[in-house]
Amino acid sequence: MRRALGGWRALLVLLTLFAIWELYVDLGGADPLILPAPHAIAQSLYDDRALLWSNFVVTAEEVVLGIAVAAIVALALAIAIHFSPTLRQAIYPLLVGSQAIPVPIIAPLLVLWLGFGIAPKLVVIALVSFFPIVVTTLAGLAGVDHELLKLMRTFDAPRRRTFWHVEFPSALPGVLTGAKIAAAVAVIAAVFAELSGANSGLGYLYQQSENQLLMPRAYASVVVLCVFAIALFWLLTLAERLAVPWAYHRSTGDAT
Amino acid sequence: MIEAPIEEPRELDDRVGVRVELVSRTFVTKRGPVQALSGMSLRAAPHEIVAVVGPSGCGKTTLLELICGLQHADSGTIVSAPAALMPQRDLLLPWLGTLDNAALALRARGLSREQARATAAPWIERFGLRGFEDSKPASLSGGMRQRVSFLRSLLAGKAVLALDEPFASLDAITRAEMQGWLGHILETEPRTVVLVTHDVEEAVVLGDRVVVMSARPGRAIAEVEVSLERPRRRTDPDLIGLRERVYEALGVAQ
Repeated sequence: MRRALGGWRALLVLLTLFAIWELYVDLGGADPLILPAPHAIAQSLYDDRALLWSNFVVTAEEVVLGIAVAAIVALALAIAIHFSPTLRQAIYPLLVGSQAIPVPIIAPLLVLWLGFGIAPKLVVIALVSFFPIVVTTLAGLAGVDHELLKLMRTFDAPRRRTFWHVEFPSALPGVLTGAKIAAAVAVIAAVFAELSGANSGLGYLYQQSENQLLMPRAYASVVVLCVFAIALFWLLTLAERLAVPWAYHRSTGDAT
Repeated sequence: MIEAPIEEPRELDDRVGVRVELVSRTFVTKRGPVQALSGMSLRAAPHEIVAVVGPSGCGKTTLLELICGLQHADSGTIVSAPAALMPQRDLLLPWLGTLDNAALALRARGLSREQARATAAPWIERFGLRGFEDSKPASLSGGMRQRVSFLRSLLAGKAVLALDEPFASLDAITRAEMQGWLGHILETEPRTVVLVTHDVEEAVVLGDRVVVMSARPGRAIAEVEVSLERPRRRTDPDLIGLRERVYEALGVAQ
C-alpha cells in the first residue's frame, strides 16, 4: 500500500515537471529545435516505436552483456585482491585511476582496435561498471565474521574450503549491489561507445536524429534509455531478492 | 530411509583430555601490551565437564582459543586432544538451512553435500530440530539456533568441545531449558568439555568441576568440585550451597 502510494507520488512529480516543460516550450522559452516539447516526444515515442524498439534491443544487449562481463571480471579481481595484500597494493590504486579515464577519450581507440561490432561497447561498459562491483564485492569478502573463520579453522577446513563454503557466498550480494550501482552508468557508457562508432543502438539513433534535426526522436531515444536504466535497476533488485535473499532483507535502496 | 553415517565420527576415545599449565598470554594493542592470562592452569580429565567462570575480560575466550590451537601461549604448556569451538554467537550461515549448517564441519573435512547431510540427518530429531531441516537461521528461534550451532561443533568429531558462553544471548527461561538439554546430550554423547560462562548457576548445573578465574590477567584462583547426581535440580540445597561457594570465590557477596 505504501509502495503504491510512493509510486503515485513519483508519477505526480514527473507529471508536474512535464507540465512545466511543456508550458516553457509552448510559450517560446526555447527553440523546439533545441528542446522539443514533451507532447512532440510522446508523439515520436509512438510514431517511431518500431525504430526505437529495434535500436533498444541492440543497446540493451550491449548493457546486459557488458554488466555481466564486468561482474565476472570484478568478482575475479576482488577475490584476487582479497587473497593477496601485494595485489591489493599493486592494482587497487590502478583500478581507481582507471575510473578517471573519460569514456569519450578511450572509446575511439577501442573502436580502432576492436571494430564497429559489439566488442568495443562491451569493453567500455565493463570498464565503467566493474569498479563499483569490485568495491562492493571486496566489502562483502571483508565483512565475513572473523569468528566464523576461526570456527572453520577448528573444523580443520583448508583455506579453499573456507573460501567456497563461507567467503564466496558472502561475496555474492556485493556483486549484485555493485551491479545495481553500475546499472545507470553502464547505460551512459553504452551511449558514448555507440557515439564513437556504431550503426545501430539508441546512442546511434540519437546522433542520427540530431543530425537530421529530428529532435523529438532524439529525445525519445533518451526517454527509452532512462526507462531502461530504471527497469535494469528493478530487475537487479529482483535478482537480489531471488538469489541472495539473506542479504536482500538487510539492504536498502529500493527504487521501485 | 536415512542411510547410516558414511563416515563415523573420528577417534573420540580421549585419553588426553585438556591440560593447561602455567600459561601466560600477552596481546600487543595500540594502547600497549595487555596481559590476558598469567600463570593460568586447568585440567579436564577425559569426558569431564569443566566449567570456567570469571569476571568480564578475564581471558576466558583466550583460554579457549589456546585450547583449540587458534593462538599460541607465550609461556607454559598446553596439551589437549583435538578441540572444536562452539562460539558465543551462533554464526550460522544465513544462506544454508538447518541440516546444511549443522553439516558445515563435515563439509569442511571434504565430505560431499549428500554425505554430510546424510551424516547430520540422524541427529536432527535428538536436537529437537525435526521439521526445520531446511529452514534458514532467520526463521529459527534463538534456542534452536544455538542447538544447530552446538550440533555443528559436535559433528566436527573432536574429543574436546570448547564452549564459549553458549547460552549468554538467550532469555532466562530458554537458557534454563537449554542447560537441561545440553546436560542430557552430554550424558549420551560424552565429550571432554571446557565450558566458559558468566552464569554461576550454569556452571554448577552443568560442570563436574568449576574453575574460578581472577580478573585480568586471568589465572585460576579456586576450584569447586560438583559431585551431585544428574539431572540436577536448581532448587537442590546442595547445589545452592555450591553456587554460594563459587560466588564467594569470585568475591561477590550474596
